[in-house]
Amino acid sequence: MAKQYETVIGLEVHVELATKTKIFCGCSTAFGAEPNAHTCPVCTGMPGSLPVLNKQVVEYAMAVGIAANCEITRVCKFDRKNYFYPDNPQNYQISQLYLPICRNGYVEIETADGKKRVGIHEIHMEEDAGKLIHDEWEDCTLVDYNRSGVPLIEIVSEPDMRSAEEVIAYLEKLRLIIQYLGASDCKLQEGSMRADVNLSVREVGAEKFGTRTEMKNLNSFRAIARAIEGEKERQIELLESGQAVVQETRRWDDAKEESYAMRSKEDAQDYRYFPDPDLVPVHISEEWIERVKKAQPEFRDEKMARYKQEFDLPDYDIDILTGTKHMADLFEQTVALCGQPKKVSNWLMVETMRLLKEQEMEPEDIRFSPENLAKLIGLVESRAINGTVAKEVFEKIFDEDIDPEQYVEENGLKTVNDEGALRKTVEDIIASNPQSVEDYRNGKEKAIGFLVGQTMKAMKGKADPGMVNKLLKELL
Amino acid sequence: MANIISDETIEYVGILAKLELSGEEKEQAKKDMGSMLDYIDKLSELDTDGVEPMSHVFPVENVFREDIVTNGDEREAVLKNAPGEKDGMFAVPRTFD
Repeated sequence: MAKQYETVIGLEVHVELATKTKIFCGCSTAFGAEPNAHTCPVCTGMPGSLPVLNKQVVEYAMAVGIAANCEITRVCKFDRKNYFYPDNPQNYQISQLYLPICRNGYVEIETADGKKRVGIHEIHMEEDAGKLIHDEWEDCTLVDYNRSGVPLIEIVSEPDMRSAEEVIAYLEKLRLIIQYLGASDCKLQEGSMRADVNLSVREVGAEKFGTRTEMKNLNSFRAIARAIEGEKERQIELLESGQAVVQETRRWDDAKEESYAMRSKEDAQDYRYFPDPDLVPVHISEEWIERVKKAQPEFRDEKMARYKQEFDLPDYDIDILTGTKHMADLFEQTVALCGQPKKVSNWLMVETMRLLKEQEMEPEDIRFSPENLAKLIGLVESRAINGTVAKEVFEKIFDEDIDPEQYVEENGLKTVNDEGALRKTVEDIIASNPQSVEDYRNGKEKAIGFLVGQTMKAMKGKADPGMVNKLLKELL
Repeated sequence: MANIISDETIEYVGILAKLELSGEEKEQAKKDMGSMLDYIDKLSELDTDGVEPMSHVFPVENVFREDIVTNGDEREAVLKNAPGEKDGMFAVPRTFD
């Protein structure tokens, strides 16, 4: 019988924090600036410059740690991780090895077999590195240090996951916690959340872990799932053919669906960590922890329960609405303005989701304001516009966040509620469609639908279908 | 000298520090490192049970900045420190992942 294998997976997740400035200097972290426009002597590692810790970084790290049930380290400090590479001109990365800010936590994930805890070994604060661009023409490497010194937290899990599904569930859970805290937007594609996968296989029932590899360059949930499957197969094949798995870092190529070794054994990493003498220790008091705890937002599970109770929405709606903080905020703000939870939910669930899918956008990319959605709902409620027009107007709101009241006014989209005018049109339609009129009078109820359609067309879609129906029945 | 530094060690430390040492410099470095380690051994004789490790020479803690942008565009000055420049970026010898 073939041997049965078990996959053992631990994750190192890097999250770029949503601070306005870098971790150790007052340079902006805003995206999309000209190369090196956001740099200074500190984040380009000039001798004599002095890093000073951004307090917000500590608060975000604590908030994530508290949400992930961690112990907060009362005295924590920074260490230097030494390496030579042009993405980091200091020749060391400031990180935390000996006393990371958070330790011994867990998050709970849903699996096919019910709830499961994934342990958090530690969370530490560190700085990001610059971006390298390889210049083929000049055969040199160009460096942009705008990202150098952008604050990161690294969340190191215990090797508690056993499948790609569990890994995805764990990442989703982290993403939701961190987004709800506002500590990061956690976009894998854009690199504000990055996951390195440590994976080993062992025979089912074995106590010792197998030799693990670390996989990098995974920038979507799909790539992570595929990389896990690929690496699992590769390691099992090696073991089955009597070879050993080599402990190494591998880079996943999602287009080729295979990984290759990044660093050879000869170039073994020796980081020579030591305490950073430029930075003083951080003492975290009980009061400080309490303050951060008190400021924790309502997380997804609590929100889901409240939506059910307060708004009486179906579970399916609640699942989607709370799937991102941005969507939940938009929902709550719009409801606060118009007081119609089910209507707001429908606009978000149906039209918004449809447009997001069509335009390949994420819920975080939604740019329209709750005010304009609330106004649109108001226009439909007061029968100022009908459903078809409302959908058209909504597309404008979605794309350009236009003011629907002004837009409807300017484009003459208001429903014609002038009964006289409508009556006139209905009379014309009846006169010019004798066959349908005949059919209806002979008991063919459906024929009225055609007449409604014709009337709406004649009114350029601006009639209230209810009123058209009423008038038709009256006049027939 | 109690601590003898091997040729292999000095070679390895040289690689880590990106230093190319001559034969003479290697011998000197071996001696220097050996005596530094002897000094550490001397310190290790002290009883430090119950003494908190010192992480900083000054009795200072919790020095923070508020999260406010204070730096403007200092590209021109920053790029003066670059070994080479192209398209507003630092140009360095070709580096592979």
